[in-house]
This record gives sequence, C-alpha cells and structure tokens, in this order.
Amino acid sequence: MKIKSRIKNEKDFWSGLMFVVVGAGFAWGAHNYSFGSAARPGPAYFPFGLGILLALLGAVILLKALVVEVEGGDRIGTVAWKPLTIVVGSVALFGMLLPWLGLFIALPLLVCTSALAGDEFHWGEALANAVVLTTGSWCIFIWGLNLTIPLLPAFMR
Amino acid sequence: MNELLNHLALGFAVAFSLQNLAYAFGGALLGTLIGVLPGLGPVATIAMLLPSIYALDATPALIMLAGIYYGAQYGGSTTAILINVPGEASSVVTAIDGYAMARRGRAGPALAAAGLGSFFAGCVGTLIIAAFAPPLTELAFKFGPAEYFSLMVLGLIGAVVLASGSLIKAIAMIVLGLLLGQINTDVISGVPRYSFDIPELTDGIGFVAIAMGVFGFGEIIANLGRPAAQREVFTKDVKGLWPTKKDFQDAWPAVLRGTALGSVLGILPGGGALLSSFASYTLEKKITRQPSVPFGQGAIQGVAGPESANNAGAQTSFIPMLTLGIPPNAVMALMVGAMTIKGIQPGPQVMTSNPDLFWGLIASMWIGNAMLIVLNLPLIGIWIKLLTVPYRFLFPAIVCFCGIGLYTLNNNNFDVFVAAGFGVVGYLFHKLGCEPAPLLLGFILGPMMEENLRRALLLSRGDWGTFVARPLSATLLIAAGLMILVVSLPAIRAKRQVAFQDAD
Repeated sequence: MKIKSRIKNEKDFWSGLMFVVVGAGFAWGAHNYSFGSAARPGPAYFPFGLGILLALLGAVILLKALVVEVEGGDRIGTVAWKPLTIVVGSVALFGMLLPWLGLFIALPLLVCTSALAGDEFHWGEALANAVVLTTGSWCIFIWGLNLTIPLLPAFMR
Repeated sequence: MNELLNHLALGFAVAFSLQNLAYAFGGALLGTLIGVLPGLGPVATIAMLLPSIYALDATPALIMLAGIYYGAQYGGSTTAILINVPGEASSVVTAIDGYAMARRGRAGPALAAAGLGSFFAGCVGTLIIAAFAPPLTELAFKFGPAEYFSLMVLGLIGAVVLASGSLIKAIAMIVLGLLLGQINTDVISGVPRYSFDIPELTDGIGFVAIAMGVFGFGEIIANLGRPAAQREVFTKDVKGLWPTKKDFQDAWPAVLRGTALGSVLGILPGGGALLSSFASYTLEKKITRQPSVPFGQGAIQGVAGPESANNAGAQTSFIPMLTLGIPPNAVMALMVGAMTIKGIQPGPQVMTSNPDLFWGLIASMWIGNAMLIVLNLPLIGIWIKLLTVPYRFLFPAIVCFCGIGLYTLNNNNFDVFVAAGFGVVGYLFHKLGCEPAPLLLGFILGPMMEENLRRALLLSRGDWGTFVARPLSATLLIAAGLMILVVSLPAIRAKRQVAFQDAD
C-alpha cells in the first residue's frame, strides 16, 4: 500500500521496471560471451552496451514515475484476462495440434476457440465462420500458393 | 533527364506486365479493404502476407506489398470521412473536417477531394522518387561503416521524435528492439547468443513472428478488451459525388501545399504519412485566412490538404528504404524484411543489381494510384457495407490467417509459439503505454547496426572518435542530437503535445 501511493504514474513505473529488468538481463547474459576490446569488439560488446543503456533509460522512466505528478496517475486499468488467455491459448493449441491432427481439424478448432474471446458467441456463427475460413484457407494457401501444410491427422496420412 | 525517362520506361515496361498489374491491383484492393476495417492495419496485414510471398518472385511480391501500404491510406480516409473512425492513424485529422462535411450531406465531395488530392500527390511522389533516388544512391556509395552506423542512429531517433507519446519510452523501445535483434548467431565470431540451447533461436527470432504477435494478436486482445463502440454510418447520404466549382477552387491550393509538405516530410526519417497529414492540417489552418466554411465544421481544405500530404509522404518514405536500405517506419521495415526473404540485400546496390525490381516498383506505384481512384470512388458503397461485418467474425479470421502464415514460415510450429508469446508482450506494451513500432524498427536494424559499429571500430583500431572525426558521420550524429534536444525543449514539448491532442 505504501509503495502504491508513491507511484505517481503507474504505466511509466511498470514499463520503467520492465526496461530495467530486461536491460540488466541482457547485460548480465553477455558475460557468457567474449567481450573483446574496442579495437576487436567481441560478440558480447554490443549487447552489453545496449543492455546497460536500456537499464539506464528504464531507471530514468521509473524515477520520473515516482516524482512527477500526473493527472489521474495514468492507471493501467483492468487487464482483459479473458481475451488474453483465450486468444493466446488458442494460438498455442493450434501450434501444438497442427503437425499432429492436420489443418482440417486444427484450423476449425482455432477459429471456434478464438471466437470464444469475443463478447458475443454463438455456436452456429462460429461453426459457419470455421467452415468458410477453412475452405478459404485451403483455396488460398494449399491450392493457390502450393504451400505444404499437413492436412489430415497423422494416422490417416 | 534522358536517363530518368529511360529508367521510367524500363519501370513501366515491368509494371505493365499482366502479372505485375494483377498484383498491384490485388495489393491496392486488399490495402483499401484493410484500411476501411478499423483494427486491422497495414503492418499486421503485410506481416500476415509475408510467408506467402515465398511462392512469388521478388518484383510482384514487393509491388503487392507496396499496394497494400498506399491502398490502406485511401481506405483509412474513407471511414474517417463517413463514420468518424479513422481506419489508419494517418487519417485521424481527415476525420475532423471530413466527418463534419459528411454530416452536412457533403460526404461525396469530401471523398472526391480526398481521392483526387491523393492521386495528384501520388503522381508527384512517384516522380520525386524517380528523380531523387539515383543521386541519393550515389551518395550512399560514399558511406563507410561509421557513416552507416550514424545514419541508422539518425534514422531511429528521427522515427521517434516526430511520433506522439513519451520520447524516452520510445527510445527505450528502440533499444529493446535492438536487443531482441541480438538473439542470433554472431556474424563475426559464429557464437550463438541468448539462444538458451534452443536450435531455432540460433537463427534469431523471426520478425514476422514478432510483428504478428505484437501487431496482430496483441491488437486483437486490446480491441476485445475495450467496450464495443457505437457507430453511426452515413451510407444513404453518399450521393452527388462530384465537388462543385467552388470546392475545386478551395481545394486545389491545399492539395498543392499538402503534396509539397508531404513529399519533404516523407523523405525524413520518421516522417511518412502520419506526420505529413498532421503538419498539413496545421498549415492549412494557419494559411487559409477566410475559409468559406470554418475549420472543424467541414472545410474542404482540411480534407484535401492532409489527404494529399499523407499520400505524398507515404510515397516518398520509400526513398530511404530503396536507396539506403534504412526503413523510416514499420511498414518499410517489413518491406526490408520481404526483400531479405527474397534474397535481395537492401541498400544502395539494389538499383544497379535489380533495376527491374527498383524501377518496376516505382512505376507500379503510379499505376496503383490510378487504380485506386477507379476503385474507390465507384465502390464506396461496397466499402461501407463491409463495416457492418461484426468484429466477432473478423478477428477469428485474422487469427486463422496469422496461424497458417506462422506455421508455413519454416514449416515448423516454433514460430507459432513465439508469436503467441509476443501476443502477450504486445498486450503488455499496450497496457503500459509503450508504442510498439519503434521496437520493430530497432529489431530490423539491430544486426546491421552492430555489424557497422564493429567494422567501424575495427577500421579505427578501437577509436570511438571515428564517429565524430569523419565529417559526414559527425553531421548525421549532430542532427540526431539536435532532434532530441529540440524536442525536449519545454516550449516545443508543450506544443508537440498540443499538436497531437488537437487531432484526437
């Protein structure tokens, strides 16, 4: 509670923190590679410098967020967990299932599961959309562009 | 002059082949379509299409992608005028007076002014590219690694100082992009970096996966997180398309000024369509002393000027990409990526090594602009119908095309997972108010920048002074420093915020 009341700009505070962590992470990770010298820069030279730079920029953003007052505090607001998990989850599921079950099963599944992320969901509409998109994708990508994508489940090929 | 004509003749010969005409048309049509649909921009669309260009030759592929870019500018203005929803960021200012005109039943003249102004600007832009590309290319050949590094610094800084939002956060996003570009195998020593022993990561993260994740999935999640907006559509009122004589008199000076302004701003790093349209609107407001209709209530100058400017800017922003291989905005970054996919190293040598591609692309832009005017004015009714397609049908389609595209990148599901991860990251950026376009620019330029930095240091035997000792490089760095300085001056900072808020 104490920290929360001291943050004057929520968005900047957390983005500053993100930059500090990522920058420091890259700079620290660079110690695995040879640094070289200015005359013969090694693979760690550039990422180390950039990582430090990012961490510094992040620190400035973070400190400003603690000092400079902003109207409304620039709140992050509520996170849209439902679309976030459903969209990302359905894409990941598609990635897992496609090589195994093939396009004709994985794609309609992707269309139907991702449609669940919207405010309104009707089974009829989602299925119709799935049929149209699967047929369309087959026409464009397989028949038209000759891309090689597994179509049928592994045991039927 | 003779040379210019020869070059253009070669370009038109290439662009008028049946195949290339078809791809220019397809690109322009698709661009208009996605420009009309809010929530789907050219960056996500081009990223979505990149995997499919493996099957195409380089020239038709780039012609199509370019068509999508300028087509989106046209389509974006249509929705800005008719329903006050700018399909693209660059048509935000068009919505102010364009929508006011539509409410007064003058949607037709507004659309015609936007279309004809854009066409004129597109023609001028194409000529400017043709005239200025060769001398700039020659200049680029004088560049050593130090100059290239400084030029990229200038390009990256330029890309963010002129954008809206927090400057320091935008710079941090560039650096983050540069760092993500460091996940690869080091070119000079052959050491895999930040790969965590994942074999797919030793080739680097695919920029298509980042673009689709952040601009495709991330935006979908952000859109779904917002409450559904109420829309008011003026479909029935679109009649009497042709502007009156008075409209023409009012509009043509604005078109000329907008074209000139847009052409100049487009060449600057970070310029392009968005900045041009804002600048032109401000200029028109200042210069037009006694408008027949006040600005904000449906002044045709407020539509014709910015629309010409954004199209001219979109056109001339190809110049740094084509001549130097340095993308001034996210769309151009994807075009650079597309060239690399087709095995063409972007840079000054493209003009001599692939003259067909270079001049064909330029000529196709003029043809594409002509097609757009034919396409847009009669088909406005159809575009408006499209807006009635609910988002709940649209977004699963975007997800589905992205999914297939990601898999076919390497015929491997790794990129699908990477993009899903970047979907989360993209939504995080959205929530934290971090603009993602600079990240993509940094990511594309990262490896090039590192190589040039290390080469320059090798040549100077480790002396960092080389960047300021060489006059050309020093000038570029000073210009970048000045840009940051000017933008951070308190007076300008306040003005910059006002300028962008004006448009909201």
